[in-house]
Amino acid sequence: MKLSGAEIFVQFLKDEGVKHVFGYPGGAVLHIYDALFQQEDVKHILVRHEQGGVHAADGYARSTGKPGVALVTSGPGATNAITGIATAYLDSIPLVVITGQVVSAFIGSDAFQEVDSVGISRPCVKHNFLVKDVKDLAMTLKKAFYVATTGRPGPVVVDIPKDTTDPGIKIDYEYPKEVRMRSYNPTVKGHPGQIKRAIDIITSAKRPMIYTGGGVVLSNAGDELTAFTKTLGYPITNTLMGLGAYPGTDRQFVGMLGMHGTYEANMAMHECDVLIAIGARFDDRVTGDTKQFCPKATIIHIDIDPASISKTVRVDIPIVGDIKTVMSDMNKELKAGKQKPDARALDSWWKQIEMWRSKDCLRYDRNSALIKPQFVIEKLYEVTKGDAFVTSDVGQHQMFAAQFYKFDKPRRWINSGGLGTMGFGLPAALGVKMAHPDHDVACVTGEASIQMCIQELSMALQYNLPVKVVNLNNRYMGMVRQWQEFFYDRRYSQSYMETLPDFVKLAEAYGHVGMRIEKPADVEGALKEAFAMKDRLVFLDFITDQTENVYPMIAAGKGHHEMHMSPERELA
Amino acid sequence: MRHIISVLMENESGALSRVAGLFSARGYNIESLTVAPTEDPTLSRMTLVTTGSEEIIEQITKQLNKLIDVVKLADITGGEHIERELMLIKVRAEDANQREEVKRMTDIFRGRVIDVKDSTFTIELTGDGAKLDAFIEAVDKKSILETVRSGATGIGRGGKCLHI
Ligand SMILES: Cc1cc2nc3c(=O)[nH]c(=O)nc-3n(C[C@H](O)[C@H](O)[C@H](O)COP(=O)(O)OP(=O)(O)OC[C@H]3O[C@@H](n4cnc5c(N)ncnc54)[C@H](O)[C@@H]3O)c2cc1C
Ligand SMILES: Cc1ncc(C[n+]2csc(CCOP(=O)(O)OP(=O)(O)O)c2C)c(N)n1
Ligand SMILES: [Mg+2]
Repeated sequence: MKLSGAEIFVQFLKDEGVKHVFGYPGGAVLHIYDALFQQEDVKHILVRHEQGGVHAADGYARSTGKPGVALVTSGPGATNAITGIATAYLDSIPLVVITGQVVSAFIGSDAFQEVDSVGISRPCVKHNFLVKDVKDLAMTLKKAFYVATTGRPGPVVVDIPKDTTDPGIKIDYEYPKEVRMRSYNPTVKGHPGQIKRAIDIITSAKRPMIYTGGGVVLSNAGDELTAFTKTLGYPITNTLMGLGAYPGTDRQFVGMLGMHGTYEANMAMHECDVLIAIGARFDDRVTGDTKQFCPKATIIHIDIDPASISKTVRVDIPIVGDIKTVMSDMNKELKAGKQKPDARALDSWWKQIEMWRSKDCLRYDRNSALIKPQFVIEKLYEVTKGDAFVTSDVGQHQMFAAQFYKFDKPRRWINSGGLGTMGFGLPAALGVKMAHPDHDVACVTGEASIQMCIQELSMALQYNLPVKVVNLNNRYMGMVRQWQEFFYDRRYSQSYMETLPDFVKLAEAYGHVGMRIEKPADVEGALKEAFAMKDRLVFLDFITDQTENVYPMIAAGKGHHEMHMSPERELA
Repeated sequence: MRHIISVLMENESGALSRVAGLFSARGYNIESLTVAPTEDPTLSRMTLVTTGSEEIIEQITKQLNKLIDVVKLADITGGEHIERELMLIKVRAEDANQREEVKRMTDIFRGRVIDVKDSTFTIELTGDGAKLDAFIEAVDKKSILETVRSGATGIGRGGKCLHI
């Protein structure tokens, strides 16, 4: 088959099984857009800003496990995409982002809409490529998908100069079914000796703790993790990125850990004698002061990326490998059943944990005349029967969603944890809805965050993506205000959102339904009404208590046992 | 501690900037860096000299290994190895006395005079860094016109090889 570069690009996506591309046209990618126009297998979704495009592809990827694909033009198209790429990079999300580039002969001449996309994206991609010769196009694209989706996943940028897609130059095309790279061979299988050592330590623990993260989600290892945890009967905590990989409603789950984690999770971390870390990267939001981190524990760490191991906290038993594979090997060892956990020690450990749990650290004022953000999330959970896809932006609302929506399945909770990108929530929700048209999708956001990518309400209308926007409108950059209240003596510098738009009218202007909810009694009814409108995007503007804070809280650099509790909690 | 890390990488444009970018982005020290293709033209070999605690060196080697273009690497400081650096140094050599003195020094250090002009000598010298430093110390400071050093390269002794 003789094809031009642009046709090869489109044909390759088909052959690779890509159904959706989120993108925005421009000069350098016009040949590609022309080829897209002439076929129907690969659906192009026109976003309204390249950042939104990459976030949408990202939401698509997080909710399906398949790579997300975005297409942008050179120069400003590529620079607009960077925030989205960095967001995916910090959370290890598989994306392939294609950036157009000026004609190869012009590269380096400060040509119109030229930026060094490979150079600019280098620090926030897993890898990137520049394809100067159409003969290399198919194989490079294959490598890009391979690198993005294997090992520790991540975004890959492919920069394609305009002449590479020239419709006048046709060459033979064959889909490269396989790819091998001598310089890239991620370790999948865990070392059997290390696994045996780990099982010995795990089963002889007196106060064990399982700490898991986004790696379990990325590895699709929820079932293996659940079997492992159930067999042992040990307590388990998840990072913000790991929520849902273990059922959030299960008794053994002690909640999220870290800065805004539960009292019981953080105390159990501090007191445990064996820590089993699985696909988590000991982030500073999780560890607090690393010198005081799990001071009594022998630490086992399973991760596919050797560089994640002993990076911030020294690990005693490292196991490099894919979680799904390693955990099923471990489950086999446990099933063989030579070693059994110490039932008596475990019993008294659980008694201790239940005492911590009885503190009810997430308690809030349920009698308030104002709408409490926590209450909205609880009602959202009830109305959606705990089975919605929930995306979020960044701030207090994100923490409330993580604390109060109990995720029982992986890939249901979709948020920017590593980069903490405001503006992520809405486009990500649209990407999720594109992949799961029959599921409820909610975007929990704040009045500040939503304004960073609000233009995507337009894309939502064009492609009929009826997500529900749950705006926890506290008229503050709440998370910033909270830090200013605690650490800057209530000097609320620039954290009040002046001159907010009328979100109801704004939603209507974009062709959607808007609702404002001001009383606690109206919360449930509004949510029910909104979710009943299956084919409409509904923007729910909840006017919430301006003074609410996220508790518990560990101040940056403090230990897990040094938590601030909510005033309600202290009074109780 | 000072470490010499040898890296075999794909000989592709951009590979060098990935390494340099990694060091600056993560704040690692870089004392010197040399790179050239190997006998296999698709592979480059880089020698990096860096300093840091054991933890930092561990992270450096892991992060380098993580670069997609890196095929293999070794911290050769761990085992027996040979380290060499090349220096070209141009010195003032005007009168017979000066010329004789420079020549003598060069012989002592087993260097070679590779360019002779009316008033200058250019000397080629290889050795480990300390030897090159010693030479610079030994010649009259005022007579040095220019020096250029390659940065260290290194190789393991005996059967220990870094190849694919
Ligand atoms: C406002 C705000 C507040 C926050 N507060 C908290 C908080 O209180 N608590 C909290 O936990 N986080 C919090 N975060 C998030 C935090 O910044 C980090 O993003 C998060 O803790 C990292 O999660 P993780 O350790 O699960 O790592 P991830 O970023 O999910 O990394 C996954 C790890 O798994 C590994 N991995 C990937 N695939 C595989 C595989 N197939 N097999 C094996 N290993 C694999 C990777 O190499 C990596 O080490 C907050 C973020 C924001 C924005
Ligand atoms: C792009 C970007 N800019 C700045 C920040 C810093 N930041 C973190 S939370 C936050 C406030 C978010 O306010 P809002 O969306 O109203 O959420 P709330 O905390 O009030 O729930 C800011 C400014 C960020 N995370 N991302
Ligand atoms: Mg707000």
